[in-house]
Amino acid sequence: MADAATTGHGQQGGTNFFVRWFMSTNHKDIGILYIFTAAIVGFISIAFTVYMRLELMEPGVQFMCLEGARLIPDPSQECTPNGHLWNVLITAHGILMMFFVVIPALFGGFGNYFMPLQIGAPDMAFPRMNNLSYWLYVAGTAMAIISVLTPGGNDQLGSGVGWVLYPPLSVNEAGMSMDFAIFAVHLSGASSILGAINIITTFLNMRAPGMTLFKVPLFAWSIFVTAWLILLSLPVLAGAITMLLTDRNFGTTFFDPAGGGDPVLYQHILWFFGHPEVYIVIMPGFGIISHVISTFSRKPIFGYLPMVWALIAIGVLGFVVWAHHMYTVGMSLSQQTYFMLATMVIAVPTGVKVFSWIATMWGGSVEFKTPMLWAFGFLFLFTIGGVTGIVLSQAAVDRVYHDTYYVVAHFHYTMSLGAAFAIFAGIYYWIGKMSGRQYPEWAGKVHFWMMFIGANLTFFPQHFLGRQGMPRRYIDYPEAFALWNKVSSFGAFLSFASFLFFIGVIYYTLRHGKRVTENNYWNEHADTLEWTLPSPPPEHTFETLPKREDWDKGYAR
Amino acid sequence: MAHAKNHDYHILPPSIWPFLGAVAGIVMLTGAVLWFHDVTPWVFFIGAAGVVYVMYGWWSDVIREARRGEHTPVVRIGLRYGFILFIMSEVMFFAAWFWSFFKNALYPMAEGYPKVQGTWPPPGIETFDPWSIPLINTLILLASGAAATWAHHALVHENNRRDVRNGLILTILLGLTFTFFQAFEYAEAGFSFAGNIYGANFFMATGFHGLHVIVGTIFLAVCLYRLQKGDFTPEQHVGFEAAIWYWHFVDVVWLFLFASIYIWGS
Repeated sequence: MADAATTGHGQQGGTNFFVRWFMSTNHKDIGILYIFTAAIVGFISIAFTVYMRLELMEPGVQFMCLEGARLIPDPSQECTPNGHLWNVLITAHGILMMFFVVIPALFGGFGNYFMPLQIGAPDMAFPRMNNLSYWLYVAGTAMAIISVLTPGGNDQLGSGVGWVLYPPLSVNEAGMSMDFAIFAVHLSGASSILGAINIITTFLNMRAPGMTLFKVPLFAWSIFVTAWLILLSLPVLAGAITMLLTDRNFGTTFFDPAGGGDPVLYQHILWFFGHPEVYIVIMPGFGIISHVISTFSRKPIFGYLPMVWALIAIGVLGFVVWAHHMYTVGMSLSQQTYFMLATMVIAVPTGVKVFSWIATMWGGSVEFKTPMLWAFGFLFLFTIGGVTGIVLSQAAVDRVYHDTYYVVAHFHYTMSLGAAFAIFAGIYYWIGKMSGRQYPEWAGKVHFWMMFIGANLTFFPQHFLGRQGMPRRYIDYPEAFALWNKVSSFGAFLSFASFLFFIGVIYYTLRHGKRVTENNYWNEHADTLEWTLPSPPPEHTFETLPKREDWDKGYAR
Repeated sequence: MAHAKNHDYHILPPSIWPFLGAVAGIVMLTGAVLWFHDVTPWVFFIGAAGVVYVMYGWWSDVIREARRGEHTPVVRIGLRYGFILFIMSEVMFFAAWFWSFFKNALYPMAEGYPKVQGTWPPPGIETFDPWSIPLINTLILLASGAAATWAHHALVHENNRRDVRNGLILTILLGLTFTFFQAFEYAEAGFSFAGNIYGANFFMATGFHGLHVIVGTIFLAVCLYRLQKGDFTPEQHVGFEAAIWYWHFVDVVWLFLFASIYIWGS
């Protein structure tokens, strides 16, 4: 690749800023755009949660008042609780995180940047459509934010219906806001579907000569399986929210019993998308973690083939367990039994992955560089989230836990502490590759420990709150829940501080970080193709396709 | 040799279409919201015009690239994969509408609930006789599928451009006839879109199908135009093939609609 190394990022022969970043057909530039945009949206979404945790810090409502939202409580003045504002914030937090932060960062960002590199493809199969995916994502984000700022229910701004947009609430919510939110999801769906088409085609059609399917690196595999989940589940969601749209605006009665419809139908269709969605969120993370653990244990990944099949199995099973989100809607006992058993079966392939990661570290020479810390944190915390998932999968137990903070704790352990940790692992693992500059190791470690302590402090007590019966999605709670809510809020502030620190780390790295001179700045177990390229890689990579000995270590030996 | 390309994949120059397309898209959807809330329809139309313009410009670029020989065999395989995947996503979109239909047909809201009263079709709904216009439409679509296959065969195996043209014209005419009959049927419907789940289901499922028929007809018409311009060879005809695949997909969706909603569901 040395011949292709003559131009690096930042000196792309003769293209100006607009052409490079607005008209891009380059998978690396588009990947970077995705990551940056996701970080900005993530910041907005995290800011919402900090405000929410601020409100929940003490019983009673001190901040979100009908008289005006406050940043500093003022006991001398009246404060009527503004539940609508609260509902808008939880809705926006959910929609933004699900559709506009995690998927774009992992699937759009890392998927775009590293999947083609790992399979030795010069670019994506459809480079122009790739950019359409990105800009539709930006358009969707814009509409989601417009939705928060346009007239909605309760004569206030925004929609407060929860990210799942359940009818009848979402159908009855007044104003334009809800329609904007629905179209935002439509746009993000179109963006993801086009991205999935692109990824699947690239993966199937553009692998390096000799790279058969079961020689493809695990991260590329995880992106490929994720793409299938997106391709097959998001159009179904598009149908469901189109029904919401016509129910809202054209008088159809899909979800209105007054016209013979059934609101539970929406829940079924939504979760038929929604459950694959949670695997869409986490699977690319699985891929990143596999590479990080292998690199910093100085061992090849344990059980490559079972790891691939586990990804596929999780993908397939993800489509047949949706109703475990709705045990309390009045399904028959046999339906509940089926969904319970099917759900628990997913623990098997997931267990294969977790044990393979552990087995990779076993007997390895483990080195706790920052990415490995994140991966280790992921392993530990995602497993906790998985185990509470098994608890919740029992229909009988879920009767009690449904819509309590136990559920909130469960899915934040898989997402906030699972997917988000995977994103950070990926950033620290690859930032030297992407930017040509390395982060300061101590800063990465400080960020990790702040976030690790902060996130656990936030979400672990929520298990207790859930067990005590505190329901989710409320602005206020009785005195009895005060202690753990306070702890949880302090955790959230610490997590937020860690995110601010992270922004500082990234700024420092990009401006003043130590220049990376080697192609592979980790060790020989970072053995995928991106490590054969300069850091940062040139604008166009693999203008001569990689040879087999570049990537197939077993073959070279 | 910084920019020597030693592979057959398609590396594209920067393009403004994706950005413009997304801008047009957000204008169109914002316009739709404004229209729903009786503000103004014009924003929607401006956005829609933008979307159409982007499609025209973008796909014109694609055709120009194909003519320049940039679509090497491996790129053509990729385009085919891409189109098949697109059709799969469309299938899943229809899955949502069929889901709604089968849920309501198999498990209608129980007796005591308004409008449905535990029966399907709901009481008071006068469904279409499947053996009248729907059957004719089925035959029309099947015939159009055969005509499309004729055109396809004539191109790939014989390179008989006259037959390709005739097959395409026949397919398009049959497609238009289908749309005409469907519009006629809609006008005769004894139930409405709003207020009853039967009408909502019927019109959204068949309506989205009808929309796909119209899109497919336009796609085929574009292929006919390109054929007359001298495009498509037995080796290179991705656009033509995609149009025909799309048409077959629309055809198959109709067969499911006909069998389930029209025959079984009545």
